[in-house]
Order: sequence, then C-alpha cells, then structure tokens
Amino acid sequence: MSAAVPSVARSGDLAQVLVDTDVWTEALLTDAGVPILDAPLVSVGGGLGSFALIDILRICGLSTESLRVLTPLSTPWESFAYLTRVSQISHDDRLRSDASARPDNIWGFPSYAVQEAFRADTVRGFLAPLWQVLTEPLFGEHYTPRAAQVLEALSREHRRIRYSQMVAAGQVRMVRRRRAGGYFTILTTPEWGNSVRRIAFRSAYVHLAVGYAGLMFLPDLQGYRESARSSNRVVNAFEPHEHVYDQLRRRPGTVMVRGSGVVASRVLQRLIDERNVHGLQTRVIHVFSDFVSGPQGPRFMRRRGGDGFAYQAFDEPKAVWGGQLRDRARRTEGAQRVEFYNLLGDTSTPYRKEWAVRLATAREQGWYSSVVGEVDALEPGADDLVSARIETGPSVLMAEASFVIDCAGLESDIGEQRILADLLQHTGAGRNPLGRLDVEPSFEVRGTRSGNGRLYASGAATHGGYLPGADTFLGLQIAAQEIADDLASEGFCRKLGTLGSVRQWLRWARNTVI
Amino acid sequence: MTYSLSGRIQTRILLFAAIGGTWTALITPILPTRLPLDASFAMAFTVLGLLIALGVLWELAYHLLQQFRWDKDWPTLFSLLAGVPEGVLLWLLLSTDTWFWDVPVTTQGFWLWFISTWLVVWALLSGPIRVLLVRRRWRGGRLFG
Repeated sequence: MSAAVPSVARSGDLAQVLVDTDVWTEALLTDAGVPILDAPLVSVGGGLGSFALIDILRICGLSTESLRVLTPLSTPWESFAYLTRVSQISHDDRLRSDASARPDNIWGFPSYAVQEAFRADTVRGFLAPLWQVLTEPLFGEHYTPRAAQVLEALSREHRRIRYSQMVAAGQVRMVRRRRAGGYFTILTTPEWGNSVRRIAFRSAYVHLAVGYAGLMFLPDLQGYRESARSSNRVVNAFEPHEHVYDQLRRRPGTVMVRGSGVVASRVLQRLIDERNVHGLQTRVIHVFSDFVSGPQGPRFMRRRGGDGFAYQAFDEPKAVWGGQLRDRARRTEGAQRVEFYNLLGDTSTPYRKEWAVRLATAREQGWYSSVVGEVDALEPGADDLVSARIETGPSVLMAEASFVIDCAGLESDIGEQRILADLLQHTGAGRNPLGRLDVEPSFEVRGTRSGNGRLYASGAATHGGYLPGADTFLGLQIAAQEIADDLASEGFCRKLGTLGSVRQWLRWARNTVI
Repeated sequence: MTYSLSGRIQTRILLFAAIGGTWTALITPILPTRLPLDASFAMAFTVLGLLIALGVLWELAYHLLQQFRWDKDWPTLFSLLAGVPEGVLLWLLLSTDTWFWDVPVTTQGFWLWFISTWLVVWALLSGPIRVLLVRRRWRGGRLFG
C-alpha cells in the first residue's frame, strides 16, 4: 500500500475503506483498483437455487448477456450431487422427491414418472411408474425419481439454456449497495499469475442462493475431535465417511447412529446392506433424541410415526409448496411463524416398507437396538473405541462404539456464511423469526432495497420465511417464479402467460436451445 | 394436487366449464340422446351445469376430508374416483325425475357423456394444465387471488 495514497490498495485487493463503507460509489472502487463489470442481474451461488432462477428468466426471454452466475462450482448440481453421494444415495437410488418436482422443467410436466415410463423397454417398466404415480400414496409409496434421472435432466436443461455462457467463476466476497441505485458484488476470481484478483459486478438486481451456511458439528462431536485429535471415529453423515464401511469389513464393530431423519434411514440401509452382502457382524446402537412411537399431533395435523421415526413422504407436508399450508404460512408473522413451523414438525423420514422390514429383522436378530436420550459426551475409550455418555432422562447410560455417525444434519447459523454475515452487517438485511435471512413473499431481502435495484434470496438461507420447504426442488422453483414475477412487474422481463408458457414448453419438449 | 378451498371452487367452476364445455360441444352431436341436436345440446349443457353446481357442494366435502390428511393434499386417484359418487348421484337425480325440472337423459347418452367428460377433465388437470397455467400449482389450484 502506498503511503502517499493511503486509501489505494494493491490492484484488486479490498481496501479497508471499502470494507468499512456500507454504500459504495464507482469512485471508491476505482480508487481501490477494483475493475467494474456490468450485468443487469447477477445470481450468487451457482447451485440449484441459481439454476432455478436463471432457467425461468431465460424462459421469460432474458438473454444470456443479461444474466451472470457468480460461482466457484463447475456445474449447478455439483453440491447436490456431492451431498447425495456422501449421504448414501447412489445414482440408481431414488431420491425423496415428488414426481412433478423437476428442477429442469418449470412446469413439472411431464412428471419424472411419465418420463420413466416412456423410456422403459418392457411393458412392465412402462406400466409400473404410471401405476405408482396414479395410486400414490394410497396403494403404495410415492413415486420418486432416481438421482441419475434428475442429474441427466438437469444436464440437458443446462445445455439448452446455455447456462455455462453466463458463468463467471470465482468466490463472491460481498454484496454492497451502490449509491446511485443497484448493487456491487465483489467476485474473487481464481488467481492466474498477476491478473486481477477481484472484480466488482455492477447490477440492478442481485440474487443470493448460497446454500447451507455450513455443517454444524454438535459440541460433543467437536469435543471428541479435539481430545482425540482425530475425525476418523466420529463423523457427520454429510462428510465423506467411506472409511467407516471399509473398516467394518475388515474388523467387526458397533456403530452408533444419531438422528432419525432420512439420512439416518439411508445410513442404516447402508450398514444393513454391508452386513448382508459381506456377511459382517456389525451391531448398531441407534440414539433417538425424540422417540416417536406412533402417530403424533392433533386430529387435523396428525403425522404418522412408529419405531422411533416420524413418517412423512417429503421434506415437508406437501401442501407447503402451494396448498393450504402455504397459504397459512403466508399469513404468519413473528411468534406465530415459529409456532407454525413447529406444527409442521421436526425431522422425519419417508415410510418405506423395505426399510421398515429390514429394521424389524435387525431388531429380532438382536443386533439393532434403540436408545432414547441425548448424547452428553463422547470420549476416546479403550481399544480405539469411542465411549459415549448418554442421558436417558432419569439415568445415564454409557455405551461404546467403534464409530459414531451423526445424522442430525444441523446447519450453521447464517452469520457463519461470509456473504450473508456481510449483508446483515452492512446492507440492512435482517433475520426472520427462525433466525435466517428475512425475505418478503417476493423473496426480496427485506431492508436491502437500493434505488430501483432489488436484492433477492432463495434456498436454505431463507428457511423460516413465508414459504416452508424453501430448500427443496419445489421451494427453489417457487422462489424463482416469485422473483421472476417481481422482476416482470419492474419491467425487467416478460411475465410468463399462457401462450408464452405453451411456446416455451414446446421448446423444452423439443430440446430447442434458447 | 394440494388444493385450497378457493382453488377447488375456482377449478370446479372455471376449468370444468372451460374443459368440460369444450368437450361437451365436441361430443354432443354423436351422443345417443334420441333428441334433435338443439335439444341434445340444451340437455348436455344442463347436465354439465348441474355437475358444476353440485360439484361445488362436493368440493366442500372433499375439503373437509382433506383436513384429515397430514400432507393436506388430494391424491390424483381421489380426483379420478370422485367421479363415481358424483356420477351416480347425478344419474339418480335425473333418471328418477327427482331433480326440480325434467332433463330428458338416456342411460347410454348420460354415461357416455359423464365418463368421457370426467376423464378428459381429470387428465388435463393431472398434468397439461400446468403448462397452460404456470402458477396454479403453487396457489392451491387458484386462478385468481
């Protein structure tokens, strides 16, 4: 930094004056040596949330030049594919997702079930998905698509809308208001020799879809890792943990599974499969913090449950994505919102007969046991085991396990996410009743308006808003639709009406590049 | 589908009228009604009107049943099978002269019309409607409001 011009940083570096100033001007950036690029709308994140918005905006007629996706990801499904893989969903496994929740198709028509039927090469393969989607959930479980089908469809739509032409690679550092309206978004580009390291995108509209703020590790898990100086024995299910299964093949052991959501179900399935396929002697201790022994809730909000699990087909009851529960959520504010989210219930897993039968067998054979309580502490024990202290109400239980897999899937506070933290501190954003980013029904981030500009957010960061289930395929698409409609009312793009929709659907059906 | 009550009523009135009306106009000339064509049309549209009017009452009952479902959804099979009680009630009212005025239905004509209309409306509402009305599925089936 030059002593003569103290406010000027080395080319591209963020000067302290920028960090400290809430509302920026072009001069401020120029003085700091940060080059400015123009793009009417930038979407920050580049995962499925960005993809959903870009897809609908392209369908509404915006050109690739009008849109920029600022992302470190190589594809919009990179994080999704990673999380499904580590949480034990292979390409051929079925997701927990509705037939008409298609992130590659804003209309959800034809559904994945119909597509699967028309791709089948046997009569049975044709009829089975159609019969399932016709009779779900009355005579069977809901139809759900395979991970591979979703990924393939995403890839097709990615090409069709020329998504990669809109990508600017790098990591976004912050979004700040521009004095003359709109926003500046600072992108740190990958370092190539002496090239510029930071670029400011000047845009009227910004969309944030930055995903999870991060995994939150439970204090006992963190404590164990610090004391044992190892993360080998105690893992979070969303981390790569293949070594657990590998080591169990070499040496029999006991696994402690924590949590009762769908990830716990998948981890149990994997452990049982491993046991059956490789003839292992694995034992499982399943720790439930809240054991659900039967249906729960008042008469008109009663959820199925049993064997410790609360059963629900999808992440939320279906009507949150466009039925009476969405309408109800839309009318809640403050404490009522918290109450409503509580009514929707906590962790759940879909009832799958296959899983229930396997667990019943395991219970009968005596190698799967349930414990109801809270793990109080994890400590390194003798013989490379993990020793767990579990509070079970009146008493304390000590248990030993070779591995602990935490499937509770807790997420960090949004303040842990750099862009969101900056937004809370400098751009006027606030928190909703559940502590996440507060957004309007249009998904505009409350308190961040800048002249004619608008700042939107969707996905996990907006959990607790007017739309429950924000971080799901449908949630991201609903947010995208609301944002697109808001932008249309601002005159930024066309509003998708019936004729435009039919025309664009035909293009989708013919796989016409737009 | 995840209907709200107003979504149900709007769907029953507007979409049944639009889709059912188009279908009725197409199929009536070939219905075995034993009536002159203009009387056939009058009869078929009267029955469609009754299907819609009584349907609004049925929707109230369906909405009540929906409240017992955790997901607050209405499985597609329910939408399809609802045609059974609705068709039977309508047939009983018309064929036994219980309805307030005389509607000259024939067995074959009524059932051909009813089953085909029900299936056409159900099929369109089960998928293609999402292309015509993009936002409907996010709004509990509402077209307005």
